[in-house]
Formats: sequence, structure tokens, C-alpha cells
Amino acid sequence: MFAYIIRRLLYAIPILIGVNLITFALFFMVNTPDDMARAQLGAKQTSPELIQAWKVSHGYDKPLFFNAKASGFDKVTNTLFTQESLKLFMFDFGQSDAGRQISSDILQRMVPSLSIALPTFMIGLITNIALALLIVLFRGSVLDSVTMTIAVAIMSISGLFYIIAGQVLFSKLLHWVPISGYATGWEGSKFVILPVLIGVFAGLGSGVRWYRSLFLEEINKDYVRTARAKGLSEISVLFKHVLQNGLLPILTGVVVVIPTLFMGSLIMESFFGIPGLGSYTIDAINSQDFGIVKAMVFLGSVLYIFGLILTDISYTFFDPRVRLNG
Amino acid sequence: MIGRAVVFLLLISGLTGCSGSMWNSPYPVGQTQQDILYSSFSSPPKHLDPAISYNANEWAIISQVYEPPLQYAYFKRPYSLEPLTLMTMPQVSYLDKDGNKVDEKSARLAYTEYRFTLKPEIYFQPHPAFVKDASGHLIYGHLSEEDVKDIQSPSDFKLQDTRRLSAADYVYAIQRMALKQNHSPILGTMQQYIVGLKAYSDKISKQVSQNPGFAFRKEAISGVKVISDNVFSIKIKGLYPQFLYWMSMNFFAPVPWEAVRFYRQAVLKQKNITLDTFPVGTGPYMLVENNPNKRMRLLKNPNFDHELYPSQGLPADAPKSLLKDAGKPLPFINEVIYSLEKESVPLWNKFLQGYYDVSGVSSDSFDQAISVSSSGNMALTQAMKDKNIHFLNQVEPTIFYFAFNMADPVVGGYTEKQRKLRQAISIAINMEDYISIFLNGRGIVAQSPIPPGVAGYQSGKEGIDPYVYDWVGGDTNGRAKRKSIEVAKKLLAEAGYPGGRKPDGSPLVLYYDTAATGPDSKSMLNWYRKQFAKLGIQLAVRATDYNRFQDKVRTAKVQMFSWGWNADYPDPEYFLFLLAGVNAPINTNGQGVNGANYDDPQYNKWFDQIKTMPNSPERMAIIHKMIRKLQKDAPWVWGVNPKTLVLYHDWYHNAWAHPLANNTLKYKRIDAQKRYQEQQAWNKPVIWPFVFVLLILIGSIYPLRKAYLKRQHLRIDTDTEDAA
Repeated sequence: MFAYIIRRLLYAIPILIGVNLITFALFFMVNTPDDMARAQLGAKQTSPELIQAWKVSHGYDKPLFFNAKASGFDKVTNTLFTQESLKLFMFDFGQSDAGRQISSDILQRMVPSLSIALPTFMIGLITNIALALLIVLFRGSVLDSVTMTIAVAIMSISGLFYIIAGQVLFSKLLHWVPISGYATGWEGSKFVILPVLIGVFAGLGSGVRWYRSLFLEEINKDYVRTARAKGLSEISVLFKHVLQNGLLPILTGVVVVIPTLFMGSLIMESFFGIPGLGSYTIDAINSQDFGIVKAMVFLGSVLYIFGLILTDISYTFFDPRVRLNG
Repeated sequence: MIGRAVVFLLLISGLTGCSGSMWNSPYPVGQTQQDILYSSFSSPPKHLDPAISYNANEWAIISQVYEPPLQYAYFKRPYSLEPLTLMTMPQVSYLDKDGNKVDEKSARLAYTEYRFTLKPEIYFQPHPAFVKDASGHLIYGHLSEEDVKDIQSPSDFKLQDTRRLSAADYVYAIQRMALKQNHSPILGTMQQYIVGLKAYSDKISKQVSQNPGFAFRKEAISGVKVISDNVFSIKIKGLYPQFLYWMSMNFFAPVPWEAVRFYRQAVLKQKNITLDTFPVGTGPYMLVENNPNKRMRLLKNPNFDHELYPSQGLPADAPKSLLKDAGKPLPFINEVIYSLEKESVPLWNKFLQGYYDVSGVSSDSFDQAISVSSSGNMALTQAMKDKNIHFLNQVEPTIFYFAFNMADPVVGGYTEKQRKLRQAISIAINMEDYISIFLNGRGIVAQSPIPPGVAGYQSGKEGIDPYVYDWVGGDTNGRAKRKSIEVAKKLLAEAGYPGGRKPDGSPLVLYYDTAATGPDSKSMLNWYRKQFAKLGIQLAVRATDYNRFQDKVRTAKVQMFSWGWNADYPDPEYFLFLLAGVNAPINTNGQGVNGANYDDPQYNKWFDQIKTMPNSPERMAIIHKMIRKLQKDAPWVWGVNPKTLVLYHDWYHNAWAHPLANNTLKYKRIDAQKRYQEQQAWNKPVIWPFVFVLLILIGSIYPLRKAYLKRQHLRIDTDTEDAA
């Protein structure tokens, strides 16, 4: 397995270089360094000298991919792409264009993002699976039809609606929880309840339907028939046998997203005032802060690749037939 | 069993209701009883370094921390300056090129010198940068990673100290501005005026680029001098009375060199503790928490004791209760907490719940808060009045305009026909409708580039644009009435486009460039199309991103576009220069702010005259001639002067709108006990739905179990059938 992981990590290098290449090309296709300088300095009193000084101090005076004025190997290395990419590969995210330390910002914002994303993910997963099994238990009944109709309805409504409706109902009308905000420690639990509840509820429709279809596929297999023939109760059949065998497709979709939970949720965090990473990239794109954009795209890619490797590894734990060979 | 649980829950709910606790309070228990002001910000501030910062959301913070020499008088109208850290207003001397004093109107005048005398006992806020050991060395000058392990803010350092403000601190602020590596946005402008600044800037910037530790503080700017510990002077080229307005901005606020040195340490930079994140000033507040993604927290500066609440200048029609605190030492509020609220829904609801003391009004909540009468007057709705909410309503010294590119062969030019085309369009674009539809009535129609509150603005009959409006009714009680579309059509025909057709009969198509690309902008763009369609003109919208839009304006590749400008200081020059030929992009290689490329020799001559004149009847007469000239040439459809609405609760005192002053937090006072009582009354938790839902869940267990058992039996039959 070790050799396999090493091989996968080596595969990741060209992928990350490719992601960087696309990020650099796309960003500078839309924003010139002069535009970026104006966005940072403000448009009112900006002079060409000021713009040039800003570009020099941020390294944006260098050519993007190829330095024609340099000689030898410097033609490629003395460029914005090479120098910034090398730093990224060493996980040196440097400073944002506004002058803040990006790694410090990421560390500061990761915890709030996780405090919402992790419980939403865990509770959502358990609730979805439990409800899906319950519906499978009553498959073909009125309960099955009604819940599936409700699931489709939940899926059809925008997540934004649940957020606003939840805020109005639970905070404005019932006065149960704060409408938005964030705190650390036990004090913070009151801020987490509503976004987690809404996150779980908004994901119920698609989640329950997906897991229901997975379990229905399993329920007609021979091993289930055997289990029943042995006289096991339907609950035992479902929760012990069907659930265990249905785990592999569940893992495929679930494990890969675990590392990306750090990245947070844009809308949820904006509406609930969670100081997480959700809006970090979007805000950076809007303010043309390439320092943050390149760091976040890179980090997102690394986490996704890590998630994929984690998924492969998790197969070996849940399915004895799977072996990872170098 | 279930019955007992229900009784227990009801008991809990009853007790909770009686205790009056606020479950939905976003603050720790009991905190809202303290003397803390709660407000919000919608976009995180990027720069808090006074040499760099130039955004309203940043100035809202640092203006409470830093003190430039001058400030705007809180109540006085028209807006006027007063000393802030100075004993008196600066002494002004006019000098010839040899340094001899001359009269203000002398032809020999070459320089103006301002002498600033500081109040004697002003101290910086407590800060670790000032802490020295017995031998005078800075204690926190060589910090290690271990030293800052638990440090999140300068206020976390155990030792704090202060230092008396000196004239050298103001000079140092100018020296920092001169350092190109600091990217001060006004360096270019100030280099034109402050004697020796450009040479100094070039010299020290070069030296710092070679040696980052170079002590530029020890180098002198020839036009900026420390006369004594309390006195400094600035010499500027020629006459520039507006310079004093700049001296009320944070760019000229004193910065202690100890703080710059303290923040230079790498271990602090790694933790985002820099002068750009934690300002160090002499103002009434100090920033103790800076998490731009969550919260900014200001605490009262214990060393601030040099200002009293104003007792003069209140306009006759303003409420006298504003003078209740006259003569009392400032500031009143102990702590200010700004929370990040990106979305309007939670912001508005928290304000209604009493968790924010003050709020703006977004378009989403406008109808809930404000009712607009048929005459356009605004008032609070009954729901707001029931909560004892008050509001301030102020026209901003800002203009949003619709510009024609005067270099364009169709809509530009200075011939009578070309003027008539622009005048016709000016009549057709009904800005009253625009304000009503897109701004909820929050604005007034501009009649010239100069907004209300700025010298040169005229209201009433004198102020209207006679090419777009007629004055109906009496001189005093009449009103401006937009000329009819028939007049516009006639002008269009005279311009050579009868019915919106060119001489060859083809339709006249005009192009509107905009950066408004979002779905929300669609209705506005359609509205513009309809305004042009009234004249038979086809409007083609060219929407693009903001960068490309700016490029197009800079390179004059636009025909028509919209833009805005707000006053940094209340002088007409700051608006009239937007149409001066010297600022046209086509004359400045794309650098000027006159995006319309208006370049009229007579206007330019008048502009040169008024540019450096002090306000006087003579200056106003020229300005009015300039405005008439602009109204005739119509390089802009004058657009809108927007109104700002601010809502505040009954426990928030001394609210007074001043669009140019940013340091007004010190005047505000709150009644925290009253706030706490209202919050309790408005936020009692409603328990019964919780109990109800719980009962339903408990009640559903039995039928589910029954159904399950029934299915267990059914299963046997089904399997049998399957097997068969």
C-alpha cells in the first residue's frame, strides 16, 4: 500500500502543475497586473508611478510564463509562474496582495468552517442513511411514497430559501437561536445549531433518495434473502447486512469530500456570519487578489487529491477483496 | 411516562419564559448591559495603515484611532474645519521665491507655509511598542516565536506604555507617505504641492530598496520642518487653500516611529500583526481585536482627554437635545464591537431584535422601514415607530452621472447640433423615475456636477439646469419640472435625427458601456433602453467586466457610460476638475478622471482661475458661469445625488449626519440599561412549538412500530409468493 500511496502522490505533481498553469493563465487573462494594482490602490489618485511601484513590490512586473529578457534557464525560472508555483509546492502561501499572511488567515478561518461543515456532514450522513434505511424498511408503502415526494420537494427548493426561512422562523419568530454570529468554545454552540440543522435538512432530499436507491439495489441480492431465510428480523437485515454491503458506493462519494470540508460553504457562512474559508476565494477573485486565489486553488486541489487517495485506502478497510498494489 | 415528560417540558418552558433570558442573543450573557456599541461592517477592511488606507469602510475604523491635525466641526453647516490636535487653526504665511512674506494676492507669491502648533499634553494609546527598559531600549524590539506564541493582538502583551505626541510624529507620517514602497495613494497628488516631497521620495525610496533598514526618518523634506517639540510647518507650492482639507484626512495623522519599528518584526508579521492591521494613534479609541472576517473591537483609549463635546454650531432647525452633552469629555462609549454582516437579512433582523444599535436600510427592507409620501417625503413606518426607532436622512456630497464621450463623433463635439442631441437625451432620461424605481426614492436629481453641501451648489430656481427643467410656480414655493418629451424630440430633430433617424433614414443607434453585468442590472439596462426609445433612438448595451470597462474609459473607446464621484473634501474644485481638459484621458495618456473628455477652452480657463481661489463671491460667480456652460454643453446627464438613510434605536444618542467626518463615534452615547430592557421584551423565546413537535415525534413511535410489525408478517407472504 505504501508504494501505491507514493505512486499516487507522484501522480499528483503534474496534476497540480497543470492546475496552477490553468489558474495563472485564466486569472491573468481576465486581470492585468495594472488592473490588480488599481483594485488594491483605489482608482481616485492612482498614478502610473504608483502602479509600477506596486507591481514591482508584489513581483507582478515579471513576465508570466516566459522571460524573453533573461538568459539561459532564467528565461523559464525568472517568471511569475515558476517562482510562485515553487513556493506553493513548499506550502509557502506568502502574502495576499493586500499584505496579509495567507497561511495565518487560512489557519484562522479553517476552524470556523469545520465547526459548521463537520457536524453538518456527520449528522447529515447518519440522518440520510438512517432515514433511507427506514424508508427501505417500509418500501412500497404509503410512507415510502410520501417521503419520496417530500424528498423531491426538498430537493426542488433552493438552499437559500431554507437559510432565510430558518433564520426568520427560529430566530426572528421563535427567538430560539441567534440569527447569525460565531463564538468559540461552548458559547459557540448556539451559533452552530441553526446552520447545521438547515444544512442537514437541505441535504435530506437528495441524500435520502440516493441512499434509498443504493439500499434497494442491495435488498434484492442473494445474501439478503439468505439472511431473511435464517430468520433475522428486517431491522437486523437492513442495519447489519445491507448497510455493511452498501458502504462501498457510499464511501466513494463520502470520503473524497472529507478533506474539502475545510474549505467551508460560501452561502452558509455568509448568511450566518461564520468567519470561515467559504468566501475567502470568492472575495479574493472579486478584489483581484491573486495571492489568495492561487493559494486557495492549489490547496483545494491538494485536498481533493488527498480525498481521492483516502477513498482508495478506505476501500481496503471495508472490502477485503480490494488490495492496493504499488 | 410521556405525560410526565410533557409536564416537565412545559415547566421548563414556563420557567424560561419567566426568566426573560434571550436565547437568540449573539452576545455573551449580560454583555449588552455594558456600555458597548454594537454595529456592523459589510466588507472587511484591507488597510488600516493611515498612509495607505483610502476606503470608507477602513476610515470608519481608523478615524476613531488616528488624529490628523484638523477635523470637521460636528454640527456646523456648511462643512467647516476646526483644530483637532492643534491649539488653533494653522497659521498661514505667503512667501515669495526668496522666502519673504507677501500678500495673498501678490503676483510674487511662490509658496504658502502652514504652521501647526499642537496641544501640549496629547498621548498615544497604550501599546507595547513604547515599553522601554531602564537604559531606554525597546523591550519588545527583538521578539522570538516563543514570545508571541499566545499573542493575537498588541493588547495581549503584558507591558504597555505610552509617549507624548510630538510634532516629529506628524512629520514622520509625511515621510512614510513619501516612501514609494508604502504605496500611499496620495503621494502623486502631494508631490505636486509639498515642497521637496518628490526629491525626498525618490531619494529615500531608492535607498530603502537597496537597504530595507534605512532610517529615512532622519532625512529631511525641505518643505516640512519640525520647528519645536510642539510645532511643525509645511510649505507648499503657490496657493492651494484646499490643502487644509487634506490635513483633516488620516494620511496626515501622526504615526509613532516606535510602532513602525515594533511591527517590522517577522514573528509579528507572520501573525498578521502589523501597522496595517493594528493602528497606533492618539484618538479616542484603540483597536484591540482585528479579525476582518468576523469582528473588529475598539476600546476607549485611557490616555485620551483632550476633547469635549461641542457646544456650538448646531443649526437652528436641529433638535436641541443634541446639545445635552455639551462640554462633557469625550468619548462616551467604552467599547465598540463591529461584526461582519455580509447579508442584509441577518443584519436587518438583528437590528430589529435590538442587537445592533444602528443600521442602514437596504432595498430589501426599505418598504418595511420607510414610507414615502406622494410628495416624495420619507417617514418611518408604524412598525418602526412602535419600536421607537429613529432615522437620519442626508443627501451625500456624491454624484452618480451618465456621461457622453465628448471625443465621440456622434454624441460628442461642441457644435450646436451635437449639443442639442445631448440635451435631448438629458431630457429623455427621466432621473426622477430612476430614483423612484431603483433607489426607493433615496436621492435627488442632480442639476450640475456640484452636489448639495459643497460651495457653489444652488438650490431652487437658480440651481436648475434650464436646458432640462422649467421652473413652475413662484420663486420660493415653485418646483423644477422636467421639460416634456416633445421638447426633447424637437431638439433631436434640430440635431439632425428627426424621430431618432439619421439623415439617410437609418435608425440612430447609440452605445452604452457598463460594468453592470449581473442579473440585477437587467431591469436597469432595460429601463435605459426605454428612455432612449422615447426619442426613437436604439440603445445598444455593451456590458463588460469592470477592468475592461475602466480600460475603455481610459482609452476613450466608449460612447456613453455611467460613473460616480464622492467628495473627499467639500470644495467645488473637487467636482469641477472632473470636467477639466487637463484631466481628460485623451490628454493624459489615460490617466485623467475626466472620462467624458470634456475639453472646453473657456471652461478650462475658468477652472484654472477658481482652482486655488479661496471661497468668495468672486469665486462663486465664476463657478456659476462654469456650471451654466456645462449645462449648455451637457457632457453629462447630471444624474443623482444619493441620500443615505440611517436607522437607530431610542437608546442611541447624539446621532447627527456628517458625510465628510469619519471620526464621529466619540460623540455618540448609548443607554445600555434601556437597550437591555427592550432586548428582553422583544426576544422572549416561544417554547410551545418545540413541545408540540416533540409530542408529534413521540406520538409517531407507536404507529411506526405497529406498521413495522405488520410488515414483518407481510414479508412471509411476499417471500412465499416470490419463491413460487
